[in-house]
Amino acid sequence: MAATIAGVTRPAVPSRGVPHRRRADRRRWRHRLTVLSFLAPALIGISVFLIYPLLSAIYFSFTRFDLLTAPVWVGLRNYEHLFGSDQTAWKAAANTLWLVAFLVPARMLAALATAMLLTTVKRGGSVFRIIFYLPALAPPVAATIAFVFLFNPATGPVNELLAVFGVDGPLWFDSPEWAKPSLVLLGTWAVGDLMVIFLAGLLDVPKPLYEAASIDGASSWQKFRFITLPSISPVLMFAGITGVIQTLQFFTQAAVAASVASGKATTGGGISSTFGYPDQALLTYPMHLYVSGFRFYDMGYANALAVMLFLVAFAVTLVLLRRFRVFVTGGERG
Amino acid sequence: MKTRSLLAAAAALLITTACTPGGSTDTAVAPAGQDVSGTVEFWHFFTGREAKSIEDAVAAFKATHPKIDVKITSGQDDTKMLQAISAGNGPDVGLSYSTDIVGKFCSSAAWRDLKPYIERDKVDLGQFPDTVRSYTEYRGKRCAMPFLADVYGLYFNKKLLADAGYTAPPKSMAELSDMAKKLTKRAPDGTIEVAGFVPLLNFYENVPSHMAPVWNAQWLTGEEKSAIGADAQWQEMLRWHKDLVDWFGHDNLVKFTSGLGDEWSADNAFHQSKVAIAVDGEYRVAFLREQAPTIDFGTAPLPVPDGQQDRYGAGYVTGNIAGISANAKNPEAAWELVRYLTTNTDSIVTLSNAIKNVPSTRDALKSDKLETDPHFKTFLDIFAHPKTATTPPNAAGPKYVELTQEFVDAYLGGKHPDLKKGLTDLDTRIDQALELGR
Repeated sequence: MAATIAGVTRPAVPSRGVPHRRRADRRRWRHRLTVLSFLAPALIGISVFLIYPLLSAIYFSFTRFDLLTAPVWVGLRNYEHLFGSDQTAWKAAANTLWLVAFLVPARMLAALATAMLLTTVKRGGSVFRIIFYLPALAPPVAATIAFVFLFNPATGPVNELLAVFGVDGPLWFDSPEWAKPSLVLLGTWAVGDLMVIFLAGLLDVPKPLYEAASIDGASSWQKFRFITLPSISPVLMFAGITGVIQTLQFFTQAAVAASVASGKATTGGGISSTFGYPDQALLTYPMHLYVSGFRFYDMGYANALAVMLFLVAFAVTLVLLRRFRVFVTGGERG
Repeated sequence: MKTRSLLAAAAALLITTACTPGGSTDTAVAPAGQDVSGTVEFWHFFTGREAKSIEDAVAAFKATHPKIDVKITSGQDDTKMLQAISAGNGPDVGLSYSTDIVGKFCSSAAWRDLKPYIERDKVDLGQFPDTVRSYTEYRGKRCAMPFLADVYGLYFNKKLLADAGYTAPPKSMAELSDMAKKLTKRAPDGTIEVAGFVPLLNFYENVPSHMAPVWNAQWLTGEEKSAIGADAQWQEMLRWHKDLVDWFGHDNLVKFTSGLGDEWSADNAFHQSKVAIAVDGEYRVAFLREQAPTIDFGTAPLPVPDGQQDRYGAGYVTGNIAGISANAKNPEAAWELVRYLTTNTDSIVTLSNAIKNVPSTRDALKSDKLETDPHFKTFLDIFAHPKTATTPPNAAGPKYVELTQEFVDAYLGGKHPDLKKGLTDLDTRIDQALELGR
């Protein structure tokens, strides 16, 4: 075949379609394999440690399973128990949501305040940074035990100090009303991790913005509201979302505080007196999940609880991302 | 598309087969008289001084069974054992502190049915008291053997009682209530300095499961449903505790107990004379000798409610139990160890003398070698009392006990003003929770 363009006759080109396509396909596959081989470690990790357990958890949540015998399909029974009759689950969920509502903002505020304070320090800033960061290095179990002893209503120095001022201190970790606020105090003490992130964000805010605002007569609050906050909003978004997710999984500090405060930090005597002490005030949702699975052998039900936790965490994250995006972009949608 | 379908099918297959109990469960029993050898992996929960005594007992076993080697792992709790059995790596022999697991381990076959071994070796189960036999089997299936027992009674500080004009411990709940008030010392600001008796049902060993037998309060019906709401004894028991808690003031008691030492340390409140009368197990005798040798104390059965004087002397009994994992690698040698530890009189007596637990066989109880000072004899008598009881085994484990504990803590803290209604609601919760595992 020949083609004629403007009177010029071009020689017929041999058909290149099939071999060219093959070469292109081979190149494409080689490229895909290269990409895949680079991604393989992450993909294997995600598949084995995330996708597979997640799918397993969903499957087991529809079964009666005790780890010892083969799972038996029970349909929606575990979910019916969760939504219909398990009062403890709702109490545990309420406790966890309380912590999300108070612990996360308290930690963020404490970390932000500390970081802002550190930006104003002219000399010895690095020393103060280390001092304020140090609590974050304390192992959670040790820190919690220490806090429970400090706040012991009978022998703790906190109540002794309050007594000096004529204040009859509360029962702290031994009181259903004060146990969760005591955990918030513990959480705000160890904010070094957040503080470091906020500090980096604050130091990144361009100085000329503050200078310009000063020239325009802006107050400190106005500078904070209209310069600092918008500038560090991505950092706040990160801290907020990770804080909510971590608090939804809150376990160690609540379990240790309850066990130590109950005076039964030992195996052998059952755990309902310790987990959740006092009066279920410190029973978080993941703790209830653990008890259901490993104390009561209701592993199928524990998986149903886990699936619900996953769904709630996922939904909350989506909502927060949406909310924060509005905040970060100053209300612009799109 | 085809590849994706295959991957999905493979994933589904993996999901349905993974994480289910692993390991072989060959239940064949060798003919009688065969030579047994090999290694036995033995997990137990004891630590420290008590773990050393277990090692001594195993050393005595090895001396009489030279072809069997025993690998001991101490400090292992039920949860670890459960996970190990589930993963196919369970120990050959497991020793648990809790009879709560018997129902679950028997019904799920996590521990082997020991009947073929018992029949083959003609082990006389009549040597175990009835209550002990009841907490080591579930619905006729024996998957555990009793390994010493724990019996609960009353400890009283003789000096504190004498200071208040008492020469004998209380025998009735009314007496205990009066003595608790008279023995209590308060600071001028009302703070409790010494409590005659701590009526909170989550203090040390003063818990519902240990007190219910004293009141003859029943846990479950024959159909394994909660009997608590319909049993008036539960209301009697809880009202008695609540009245005394209210006399102290709940917050005062909580503040007082929060400042007391750990139960298992030398700072135990009874060791420190901070509590005059306490509920505890027979093992406290050994702890007191070691950690507080100067305390002048006495032991007695738990007091009984008015109108139930014929029950005085009975109490709560539980015990340690031994079983062979479904996936034991050397079940025959494991059975040799279990049989020795649970039926050999010398071994039981030696261990009982060492860790001051109650022997679980009649022969060991009658043994001349058993050290029975007056303190310890109280518990031997409680153990032998025909009305001494335990918590009934259940396929759902300790669920009903723990839900009750949760309710009782709330009630004594001032919640559930309508006790009868609260207990009826508790019945519903327990039944629903038990049903979940069926």
